Amino acid sequence: MVWLRRNLFSTPFNSGLTLLTLYLLWLAIPPIVDWLFLQATWSGESRAACEPNEGACWAFIDARFNQFIYGLYPSEAQWRVDLAFILLGVLFAGFFIPGVRRSWIAVLILIPYPLVAWILFSGGSWGLEEIDTAQWGGLFLTLVIAGVGITASFPLGILLALGRRSNLLVIRSISIGFIELIRGVPLISVLFMASVMLPLFLPEGVNFDKLLRALIGISLFQAAYMAEVVRGGLQAIPKGQTEAAESLGLGYWRTMQLIILPQALKLVIPGVVNTFIALFKDTTLVLIIGMFDFLGIVQAATTDPNWLGTAVEGYVFCAAVYWLFCFSMSRYSVSIERKLDTGH
Amino acid sequence: METKMIEMKGVNKWYGDFHVLKDINLTVKKGERLVVCGPSGSGKSTMIRCINRLEEHQEGQIIVDGIELTDDLNHIENVRREVGMIFQHFNLFPHLTILENLMLAPTWVRKMPRREAEEKALYYLERVKIADQALKFPGQLSGGQQQRVAIARGLCMEPKIMLFDEPTSALDPEMIKEVLDVMTELAEEGMTMICVTHEMGFAKTVADCMIFMDQGQIVECSPPAEFFENPKSERTQLFLSQIL
Repeated sequence: MVWLRRNLFSTPFNSGLTLLTLYLLWLAIPPIVDWLFLQATWSGESRAACEPNEGACWAFIDARFNQFIYGLYPSEAQWRVDLAFILLGVLFAGFFIPGVRRSWIAVLILIPYPLVAWILFSGGSWGLEEIDTAQWGGLFLTLVIAGVGITASFPLGILLALGRRSNLLVIRSISIGFIELIRGVPLISVLFMASVMLPLFLPEGVNFDKLLRALIGISLFQAAYMAEVVRGGLQAIPKGQTEAAESLGLGYWRTMQLIILPQALKLVIPGVVNTFIALFKDTTLVLIIGMFDFLGIVQAATTDPNWLGTAVEGYVFCAAVYWLFCFSMSRYSVSIERKLDTGH
Repeated sequence: METKMIEMKGVNKWYGDFHVLKDINLTVKKGERLVVCGPSGSGKSTMIRCINRLEEHQEGQIIVDGIELTDDLNHIENVRREVGMIFQHFNLFPHLTILENLMLAPTWVRKMPRREAEEKALYYLERVKIADQALKFPGQLSGGQQQRVAIARGLCMEPKIMLFDEPTSALDPEMIKEVLDVMTELAEEGMTMICVTHEMGFAKTVADCMIFMDQGQIVECSPPAEFFENPKSERTQLFLSQIL
């Protein structure tokens, strides 16, 4: 009661605002709840099943769920995708087991895991049936692009940031040139170049996978942004830190690895996560080079004649899933920041 | 003959057009303690920072423990291993505990096993009388304590020479003594030291030689008794009359 009076009804004006807000919420919430849950249809074979009810047609999501997750990946091979993600989950769980060396897990995730995952996904060896990347899609494809983009752009961005501050003219010029060039063009054009123009420059017969090209394009693009975020952190570290490390006999790489980067990266966690979240959502742009990521496949499904008129449900579902992933990243970064705080 | 630890011959340095060091000639023998003083901007810090190549000199020769400082990175790293440096603003590593600050260089540069490095770190923390703070972070210590940690961190590399760049200038008055006590103790044990400082009481007790610098030049270089009682140059007299 005291809290109510102090925070919501402290002056007549504030009381008025509180009442107005309550009224607006009363107007808005019940219809939303109605649409989302009470009047919704949860299962059915086509849009017709939803006709009798006023609310959302979740039957559409239910019917197409498998496709939203795996795209056109053949259903008899979907266990391979599941296995790869379970493997990743198990490796990540290792971070929380006390006594296990974190660096070992990191090495496992960065080196053998991507190879294993690639073989599981695309097949062609170990007696697995080959599955063309054109059949990959849905949330699975989104996670592959985002995962590769994040793990590749982060180290690359750090190297570019260090390069841009280097005393060596050649390295500095290359870094600045790369960053400014990539940052100056939209991601869409980078993707177009990777998928349409690159094959024109390659000799006849040499052709590598469209997905791989998109992955390289996205990684390079985000690395340029990451570089500038990291550079902001590097600049915030006093020069005395480098001098102290060097006067102890540490070389350039050791100084960066042990002294400067741990402090600089800690400072830029919010900016880095910001870039990760942007990257996660930018993966939807692969739609324009003909790949069906999560948003793309949902969008395509809404044009199915059996399900016409379910676009709103599709987009709401999409938004909820994207939000869930992005919000988890944000929460995770807050917990890391708290853990690394040493009070300086 | 006593060994020469540091030799500077005709050293000149410019920042753009500004001539910071003018024809510096200086020899420091093993176990010798030098105190460098002079007005701000006179090049004292720049001079000692040249000795471990935190600053580059453009002319002349600097030879430290038989190794000449050139662009050769190996030479520079070899010199830095043997020369400890203490800064005005301590420059402890804030993301590491006190103990980790001390163990860092011995483990990475000297490739010492962790156990041994930890023993050494605790030994030197004991000597600067803050072993009980080993697991704290630098941000939790007072200025005087931080500077003593910085000295212990330098000593963990067991350097042959220690350079002090105004070690007490950033400290509150009541903390200056605890740092000077540690430095005096070090001097009495025979460490080769060059200190840039305005603590004249400290200078009188430990210095073998006083150096007065002004406008990038060494104006005066004499034993403390002579330096304080009858300085040769007028500039030195003026400076001493202002600070004493």
